[in-house]
Amino acid sequence: MSSHNESAVAQNHVHRDEVGAKMGMWLFLFTELLLFGGLFLVYAVYRYQYPDQFHLAGMELNTGIGTLNTIILLTSSLTVALSIAAIQKRNKFLSVLMLTLTLTFALMFMVNKYFEWSAKFSHGIYPGSEELLSLPNGQILFFGLYYVMTGLHGLHVVIGIIILSIILVMIIKDKITYDNYTKLENSGLYWHLVDLIWIFLFPLFYLIQ
Amino acid sequence: MSDGNSTVIENSFYKQSTNKHTGILSWLLTVDHKRIGIMYGVTILFFFLVGVIIGVLMRLELIAPGKTIVDAQTYNSLFTLHGVIMIFLFIIPGLPAIFGNFFLPIQIGARDVAFPRLNLLSYYIYVLGAILALLSVILPGGAIDTGWTFYIPYSVRSNTNVSLPLLAAFILGFSSILTGLNFITTVHRLRAPGMTFFKMPLFVWATYATAWIQIIATPVVGITIVLVVLERLFGVGIFDPALGGDPILFQHLFWIYSHPAVYIMILPAMGVVSEIIPTFARRTIFGYKAIAMSSLAIAFVGYLVWAHHMFTSGMSDTARWIFSLLTFIVALPSGVKIFNWVATMYKGSIDPKPPFQWVMSFIFLFSIGGLTGLVLGSLATDIHVHDTYFVVAHFHFVMFGGTGTIFFAAIHYWFPKMFGRMYNDKLATLGVIGFFIGFLMLYFPKFIMGYMGMPRRYYDYLPQFANLQLISTIGSWVLALTIFFIVGYLIHALVKGKRATSNPWGGVTLEWHIQSPPPMENFKEIPIITHEPYDFSQLKEMKDE
Amino acid sequence: MHEEKNNHHIGYGTYVLVWIALLAFTSITVTIAGVSLGRYTLLVALFFAAIKSALVINIFMHIKFDEKIFKVFLLLSGFTLLVIFILTFFDFLYR
Repeated sequence: MSSHNESAVAQNHVHRDEVGAKMGMWLFLFTELLLFGGLFLVYAVYRYQYPDQFHLAGMELNTGIGTLNTIILLTSSLTVALSIAAIQKRNKFLSVLMLTLTLTFALMFMVNKYFEWSAKFSHGIYPGSEELLSLPNGQILFFGLYYVMTGLHGLHVVIGIIILSIILVMIIKDKITYDNYTKLENSGLYWHLVDLIWIFLFPLFYLIQ
Repeated sequence: MSDGNSTVIENSFYKQSTNKHTGILSWLLTVDHKRIGIMYGVTILFFFLVGVIIGVLMRLELIAPGKTIVDAQTYNSLFTLHGVIMIFLFIIPGLPAIFGNFFLPIQIGARDVAFPRLNLLSYYIYVLGAILALLSVILPGGAIDTGWTFYIPYSVRSNTNVSLPLLAAFILGFSSILTGLNFITTVHRLRAPGMTFFKMPLFVWATYATAWIQIIATPVVGITIVLVVLERLFGVGIFDPALGGDPILFQHLFWIYSHPAVYIMILPAMGVVSEIIPTFARRTIFGYKAIAMSSLAIAFVGYLVWAHHMFTSGMSDTARWIFSLLTFIVALPSGVKIFNWVATMYKGSIDPKPPFQWVMSFIFLFSIGGLTGLVLGSLATDIHVHDTYFVVAHFHFVMFGGTGTIFFAAIHYWFPKMFGRMYNDKLATLGVIGFFIGFLMLYFPKFIMGYMGMPRRYYDYLPQFANLQLISTIGSWVLALTIFFIVGYLIHALVKGKRATSNPWGGVTLEWHIQSPPPMENFKEIPIITHEPYDFSQLKEMKDE
Repeated sequence: MHEEKNNHHIGYGTYVLVWIALLAFTSITVTIAGVSLGRYTLLVALFFAAIKSALVINIFMHIKFDEKIFKVFLLLSGFTLLVIFILTFFDFLYR
């Protein structure tokens, strides 16, 4: 009786529910969507209230660096998708290479972000600075949202870098293989979400001409 | 049936651990949904009692006009802490985290939730949030005094510890999200063979709908809270009107979550009612699909009505009448539920055991709460009673008279299954009566005071309110003593109670098919479901097993 | 042992094509932003952002080939967000 019992339990534990894991990941992504959704709502309301000042403040941002970062993130999204495709085709080398590229792009994104933010800081535009507080209200709000939204997005990039690094090690150590790659897929989904949010942040902040 | 579950008595989940540890570690590191449910139970009950004590202190201060036991600043902190603890630590997680964890997997014929380790993690996140909330009281700076709604601009200006409890609320929200995510995946992936969506017990339906609100709404308040913290720490201009921000926008974002959150609180309670009534009326539930669908409808409609909290805030007239109109829609699915419950009892053979008595008390109190909600939902009358005791009374009738009552109903209904012991029925009936009397004494005078113009959250009041305030304070003693009395006899029953059989009430949902307390993996063999969820013709077969 | 999985595997080529399309839409967005379209600038920018995100969600994130229920979930969350936006603006538009 008890041996029968144990085997049933064991079976239950060995069983991997890949659809379930992915469902959990999607549900988590919805919470991210709504989290940024709240921020976009704040942005929409203030842009509606201060259209001209948002326009003026938006001119201060560097469109070039924003465009570059967009291209970098889109490409990193491609490489992570390719990494999954590669592992499905049992090509471990290509998968590792693509994931390494993804990480490289992610780091490049953060380096650009660093230079962008420090340029703003050196101009005295940062939360609570005298320079910023002397601006009209609409511009204070614009830069407040700019720092919060790109900052929160940057935080997600950093978390993505950590997660993808762990996944990379797991692929190298064969913990993730062609028949067991849900973790890679789920991390990929997360990374695409980070890209997705940037797709909206980019025109809303950098392209107000 | 040779392998029927009641023929061989197995070790209960108390005796068999999911890990190699014994003693306290086997609990702290467990991934068993039942043990996690009980850990939540102990923690949440503790915070509930803390909230009760703070509430009693507030009432004691209000026993007579002028200063009695605390100064005004302490009083501000007391009502804030009472709100924060009761809402974020007790009533939001209460039913889903304790009874959802324990019974949702069993009721759909699963061995555990979809992500057992995540389940344990969300418990620890809850504990972390609770510790941060308590820490903010002790740390220099003083306990938060903004009220649990954290309205801007005061929450940016207040010199008390505001950031820490805000952070705590954010963390608690994360725990809530993870629980919701887990339950949705569990319901979609782990139903036993034959358990179609429309064969699920209604408690599962309600918890499922709740989980969706937890996932979709919680992030919105999460980000709002983060924005306030950033505003306090770095002076980022977001909501502060001095920097051009709009305080009403904060109120929108806050209520976009916090209104659906009241459905996080009440929906699982409605699910429990839908379990208890058929069991004690010995009759299948009337309008099963209508009740199931009304849970989803409430979950959705809950998103459309948030700004009825803001009728006097200064938002546009158009928004005011639209939200007032939409608010009345909520009455429809709620009405569907009440009518179906009453119809279920009609011509049933009712066995008024304590859980059923609690449900009767619920229907009475919740109906008062619901109907006074119409007064608050319609624009014209709301302006008269806005921010008065009327609102406080309404809120406590729906939340404490609603969810709080059902919290006790659920404990009394599932106690034999969870702990394998019976409590004393007579004492339990006394508990119901004491709770009912104390509750009405405490909260009903608040409707009258509110209507007369007594504002909420005030430290002092005019002499004309003195008598009603006194009745209310005496009511708080009756209620608090009853609550401690209930906790007392339940603890006594844990140790000395009669052993419970596997099905003491004659219920037919899956948890009553297995022994009390359940074995570690719930079902030796995953059951194959053929019956409707409340088909009482199974009772005979179950006895033969 | 994985024949029961209904995973539709996308080839490398498709991904690269989508990537090229994404870059193309990005350059269009940036170019158009330079042209003065007045109040339509924002609408056009959001339109292209929507197309780009549709590509990412459908192909990169695989939702087109995954369980149908994921799509239902996504629409549900998106719809809720939309409703929240609309209702909030009933306040700010008519203030």
